[in-house]
Amino acid sequence: MDFLGLYNYWVFALLLSTGLYAVIAKANLVKKLIGIAIFQSAVFLLYITMDKVDGGTAPIIQAGAVDVIYSNPLPQVLILTAIVVGIATTALGLAIIVRISETYGTVEEDETQELDRE
Amino acid sequence: MITLFAVFLLTLLVITAFGIVRAQNLFVAVMLAGIFSLQMAAIFFILDAADVALTEAAVGAGISTVLFLGALALTVDEERPRPSARFLPLVVVAITTLAVIYATFEKPRLGDPNAPVHMHVAPWYLENTPTLIDIPNVVTAVLASFRGYDTFGEVFVIFTAGIGVMFVLGTPWSRLNADDVPSAETHGLRHHLIPRVVGRLLVPFIVLFGLYVQFHGEYGPGGGFQAGALIAAGIILYALLDGEAAALRAVPASWLAAMVAIGPLIYGAVGLAGIVLGGRFLDYSVLATDPVAGQHWGILLIEAGVGITVTGVMVSVFHAFAARASMR
Amino acid sequence: MILDVASWLLLLAGGFFVFAGGLGALRMPDFYTRAHASGLTDSMGTILILSGVALQAGFSLAGLKLFTILAFLLLTSPTATYALANAAYFAGLRPLLPPLSAETDDRKTR
Repeated sequence: MDFLGLYNYWVFALLLSTGLYAVIAKANLVKKLIGIAIFQSAVFLLYITMDKVDGGTAPIIQAGAVDVIYSNPLPQVLILTAIVVGIATTALGLAIIVRISETYGTVEEDETQELDRE
Repeated sequence: MITLFAVFLLTLLVITAFGIVRAQNLFVAVMLAGIFSLQMAAIFFILDAADVALTEAAVGAGISTVLFLGALALTVDEERPRPSARFLPLVVVAITTLAVIYATFEKPRLGDPNAPVHMHVAPWYLENTPTLIDIPNVVTAVLASFRGYDTFGEVFVIFTAGIGVMFVLGTPWSRLNADDVPSAETHGLRHHLIPRVVGRLLVPFIVLFGLYVQFHGEYGPGGGFQAGALIAAGIILYALLDGEAAALRAVPASWLAAMVAIGPLIYGAVGLAGIVLGGRFLDYSVLATDPVAGQHWGILLIEAGVGITVTGVMVSVFHAFAARASMR
Repeated sequence: MILDVASWLLLLAGGFFVFAGGLGALRMPDFYTRAHASGLTDSMGTILILSGVALQAGFSLAGLKLFTILAFLLLTSPTATYALANAAYFAGLRPLLPPLSAETDDRKTR
């Protein structure tokens, strides 16, 4: 069992489940949003784990160096954009939570549903 | 040796995530989320992703914490205590975790050079960047030139999120007036002399470093996104210390609105310039007589556009939350 | 060789101070003493670890960058600790001291 080679992926599985639990089991909206952020970070970890090459270095080509192994630049590009998009959508989610809190007086999900039913 | 450190950091990451979910005080949860982002940045750096580590540290540990705290100031501070963990979600989550762990046994081991992801396009990018684009940072080359269309879409996502926040919170740029917000003297930033002095000393250097990261993105880790987050962090620091009115006098809301709009405009203009000068959309090779110089020009301009957009949106969102707080 | 030994000594000393700071942040009885203990990490830990690494980098651009980072951290981390303690004091948290007399015992210490 290749423990060290697979440890990153198991950490990814644990973080995924933690984020998922926060989203489905917690009733507080801000907690759910933080859970989504953890879920996103788990996915980033998975992609960046896939880009590492044994003995490689960051993909910045030094002039004149021959026979240098570089790590894969492609997942880094994808995750770079994903991080900034994630924060943008988190900001929008927080703005909506602020408006919900002002309208209903609470950010607990079951209380807002009860107020909706009235 | 470094593997030991990486394993330790990863374990700490999982413990922090558990702590975030278990914390009842939301303030504690947000602080732990900031620590979580910093640990992620360290892990990204160990995994040779220097650009991504810089972005995660600047955006995740910096801007994200400020935005969450701003939202918490407008909502509740504590989570309503629940009875102990619910059974059905735990079962669902446990099944998901076991399924994912079962799937990971098929994955290539960490660092395997024969993994499929290293086989197809990536070696082509690594070989052809010196001849086609001639900048050392391959990640910036791929982001700005080879995959420039995706980055264009992402700039628009940030732009849309910015406008979305301004409209949802009801504080468009026309309402962010330096005279309407309470100044530092009346709003409780007294007795904070030492942070104010040190902060005022640091803000120009933070902005300078942000500009360095912006223009150095082709030679080392850096680029538009990180630079935008850094400059926004500098301006937000000034707003936190000296009051929102001072920050709105330093960088007026009309400038912020202009920055949010001009960023994507620059990006689109470079793309259209490619068509006008005879190439395709976002084809930088036709921007100058020498294709490589044209690539340099194209990357410089679009990174500037990205940096301007990110700065404008982050600072505008912060001011929107702060103005909403003072509207109450 | 001498450089390596010196680096090792500095890094180990820095590690000890970081450990002491962390231990203090967990075990001290009161908020203010905990903040004081974590301030160890800000000052001594930073100086020793960064100079240990700077010895390895030598008089190069990397060494200069490390020195700049050290100056920045020495300027900002203690300020952050001060701001934390100041905010706690203004929120009403008082240090865990025996009261001078029964009338002035208005403290909440948690």
